[in-house]
Amino acid sequence: MGRFHRHDDGTVHAHEHHDHDHIHEHQHEEERAELIGDHSGYATGRERIEVLEDIYAENDRFAAANRAALDAAGVRAVNLMSSPGSGKTTLLQRTLAALEGRVRVGIVEGDIETPLDAERLDGFGAQISLLNTGNGFGGECHLDAPMVARALRGLDLADLDLVIIENVGNLVCPAEFEVGEHRKAMVFSLPEGEDKPLKYPVMFRSVEVVVVNKVDLAPYLEFDMGLFRRNLEAVNPGVTVFELSARTGEGVGAWVEWVAGGI
Amino acid sequence: MHEVSLSLQLAAAVSRAARGRQVRVVYVAIGALRQVVPEALEHAWVFTVRGTPLGAAELDLDLLPAVLTCDECGADTKLGPELGFGCAACGSAATRVVSGEQFTLTAIDIDIEKGTCDGTFPPT
Repeated sequence: MGRFHRHDDGTVHAHEHHDHDHIHEHQHEEERAELIGDHSGYATGRERIEVLEDIYAENDRFAAANRAALDAAGVRAVNLMSSPGSGKTTLLQRTLAALEGRVRVGIVEGDIETPLDAERLDGFGAQISLLNTGNGFGGECHLDAPMVARALRGLDLADLDLVIIENVGNLVCPAEFEVGEHRKAMVFSLPEGEDKPLKYPVMFRSVEVVVVNKVDLAPYLEFDMGLFRRNLEAVNPGVTVFELSARTGEGVGAWVEWVAGGI
Repeated sequence: MHEVSLSLQLAAAVSRAARGRQVRVVYVAIGALRQVVPEALEHAWVFTVRGTPLGAAELDLDLLPAVLTCDECGADTKLGPELGFGCAACGSAATRVVSGEQFTLTAIDIDIEKGTCDGTFPPT
């Protein structure tokens, strides 16, 4: 089966590699494999073909097209990410209630199998496009740009000011895929623990806003907000934080103003 | 967790580059910030290519560290397991990621014919 070799521990396996500061400096050409047989009057060998294709390029092309479609309609888009159970949908219910009649909102709902979240968001006057995450760039662990492109076709962008893309609950994969949003935010909740920014630095670093939800549970948890803030600063210095409770509504106003900002 | 989807995209890119030729090795450069688990990607690859023209192709993964450059002192910092994003030399938070976000198909090894004795090709 295949092989892999790391360069972060000083060891090199399988091949003689040169300096790896830039992947474009690979010099494999001299490594052509030797002839592997000449048994029937012909010979086969191997040839290395340089490709240099960014595997994310296709996703990023779709993301750019999504953003262009949103821009053409004058719509701002926020990609909202979190772990499962952080309270994203409850926060969206609060957000839609606060913005109803003021900002025309569309929701791209990245639920994996069920319409449960979409049903919870019904009744606030928002357009909702439920995503089929079964095919596209990826499976069910994140939204990618081709999936969001299909979901956007389910919204009448000309009749919207803001699109909130509710990503699949997951702190790893969604951080990897641009979907055409203008801004990224995430919801973190107290029961997840202070160490999460250090364990999922790519996610916590990718956003400009971190909502700290479930602050009403603080009396029941040994959550050290100072430690969490220090951990967050270590991976994303200067990030904006909104401490709130989507359940009680405490502190939700500042978040709502941010999400409606620029419209 | 996204190794299966990456594997599918990778196979599509390899097929385009191979243009029907037999692929033996697929070279991929992967930055640490792409959060790819090498074992999971290799596992996903087996199922992705099984029964396809890429069935004989092995992955060769080149795992690259994440590197930050400091905008204040200019020093480079290689990200370790402690995963802070500050400059290791001066402590500044004003750093930029300069390497570690790659997920690039760098090359493929294909079978080539070196010639025949009787001039017929392909041999039967």
